[in-house]
Amino acid sequence: MNNLRISSIRKHKSLFWIGLCLLTLLTAILSIWTGSVNVSAQQVFAALIGQDTTSTAARIVLFTRLPRTCAAMLAGAALAVSGAVIQTVLNNPLASPGVIGVNSSAGLGVALVCAAAPTAQRFTPLVAFLGALAGVLLILGLSQGTGASRMTVVLAGVAISNLFSAGIDGVITLVPDALNGITDFRIGGFTGVTMRQLAPAAWMILGSLAIVLTLSQQLDILALGSDTAQSLGMSVKPVRFLLLVLAAALAGAAVSFAGLLSFVGLIVPHAVRRILGEDNLPVLAASILGGGIFVTLCDLLARVLFAPFELPVGIVLAFTGAPFFLWLLLRQKGGRG
Amino acid sequence: MIQIQNLTTGYPGKVVVQDVSVDFLPGQVLVLLGPNGSGKSTLLKAALGLLPAEQGTVLYDGVDIRQMKRKHVAQKAAFLTQSRNTPSILSLRMVLHGRFPYLSYPRQYSKADYAIARKAMDVTGCRQHENTNINQLSGGQRQGVYLAMALAQDTETVFMDEPTTYLDIRRQLQIMETARTLADEGKAVVLVLHDISMALRGADRIGVFQDGRLLMCDTPEKVYESGVLDGVFDVHVHCAETPHGKQYYCVEREE
Repeated sequence: MNNLRISSIRKHKSLFWIGLCLLTLLTAILSIWTGSVNVSAQQVFAALIGQDTTSTAARIVLFTRLPRTCAAMLAGAALAVSGAVIQTVLNNPLASPGVIGVNSSAGLGVALVCAAAPTAQRFTPLVAFLGALAGVLLILGLSQGTGASRMTVVLAGVAISNLFSAGIDGVITLVPDALNGITDFRIGGFTGVTMRQLAPAAWMILGSLAIVLTLSQQLDILALGSDTAQSLGMSVKPVRFLLLVLAAALAGAAVSFAGLLSFVGLIVPHAVRRILGEDNLPVLAASILGGGIFVTLCDLLARVLFAPFELPVGIVLAFTGAPFFLWLLLRQKGGRG
Repeated sequence: MIQIQNLTTGYPGKVVVQDVSVDFLPGQVLVLLGPNGSGKSTLLKAALGLLPAEQGTVLYDGVDIRQMKRKHVAQKAAFLTQSRNTPSILSLRMVLHGRFPYLSYPRQYSKADYAIARKAMDVTGCRQHENTNINQLSGGQRQGVYLAMALAQDTETVFMDEPTTYLDIRRQLQIMETARTLADEGKAVVLVLHDISMALRGADRIGVFQDGRLLMCDTPEKVYESGVLDGVFDVHVHCAETPHGKQYYCVEREE
């Protein structure tokens, strides 16, 4: 069944990629077009090409929906690729930046810097990255230093994740205004995100994605296991470290403007691998697009479901992501488990 | 040629291989025998530089492995590991990864790499599965793919750690036959096996391990005559002349 699907996709490879790109574009357009205020297609077009920047409709498109769509696309792509990389590097299909506590350690960094230096917002992506890096290295140390099993690593990640989340709660309790710039930080959301706020994180994400894509071959070799990778001439430790740094940069940058989005890093790579197999270049490319589509669609749902009220996207992600993940897990039973 | 000289190695706090010297001669099949935990696999890992030597040296054509880049080691020695990951990829793709040591960053595999990979798949008899996902293959077929990956590395020495474990008898014999073919091509082939009869029948030399030491390394006949296997494995090894040459079998030791 799996094999059939893989071979049929191999046959229609170019169709698959064209479809995915079109779907991404369509999602982006839909996300910019739709919202609690009705804006016509002409108005959207006029605003996007710069013909009209002053009308209310144009301002909604340019200063609310466009940044929000960009944020959703970027966060989705970053978290999905971060998850794909972490899963391969730790050789653990249950790992993701959310599960092993990388998101929450990045979040703690963001909360701390917002509380201590509210004016230093430019640096939040960097601090989030450092926080994420600390989380990732902690897990790497745990999984390699002790030779712990995959399940132990995941459980340790859950513990670490809870610890950092408690830290975030502590900061929010003590300095209630700390995260006012980012509403819905704990569950994750894009309300009020601006292009200016997004820019540094966006560069970090795009740069990291570009580097990760050039390392797909290294990921392929790493996936064969550490001994085989070394006997094929790879210096496993530095490569693994570099990849985790990139995964941390991706997750950290996403957390810096979107908060703690759950499930994206876990289910998007899973879904992509089920369809495409485990060659990393196509998996990474499809994770970029698929992650963007998934988060943007969820955000769209979050905006229109109870319009004019908005849900944080994190809630929709959890409500769609959790059942989907359970379905994936249960389907796997009897497969390659 | 790879030479091990007075090698002592192991894991933090635990010496597993003690003062072992052995040459992996080109054109020969060397089989390492010994009980579980006697240091056979550890020796392979040290020979490949996966484990650092505590004492002694590993020489590749006279050069200390510590002075070599990992990539260059991979161009001289291939390793069929005992436990392996099976990512969901096509067999041919898997075998192509054997060309990784020759790949300069970030180039893709070339036509020549594909040709070498396909040839390796011919040697191990898995060419017909080249477009099959390795997850869909049986254990034996998968082993053929892994072995092909090691062969695609195109090295002078090939190490195989328990390559016949979990395989049916026909596949086991095929693996031994492939080892012989490779040796006839001039490669040094080193296998860790648990099947004494198969080892004595198929090897040019046998290395016998006990408690981290290499007790003896010689031709099957001499190893058999010395009786060292009886002591190490606590069995009686017998030899019988058959129409198919000398065959060896083991029986329980009577006290």
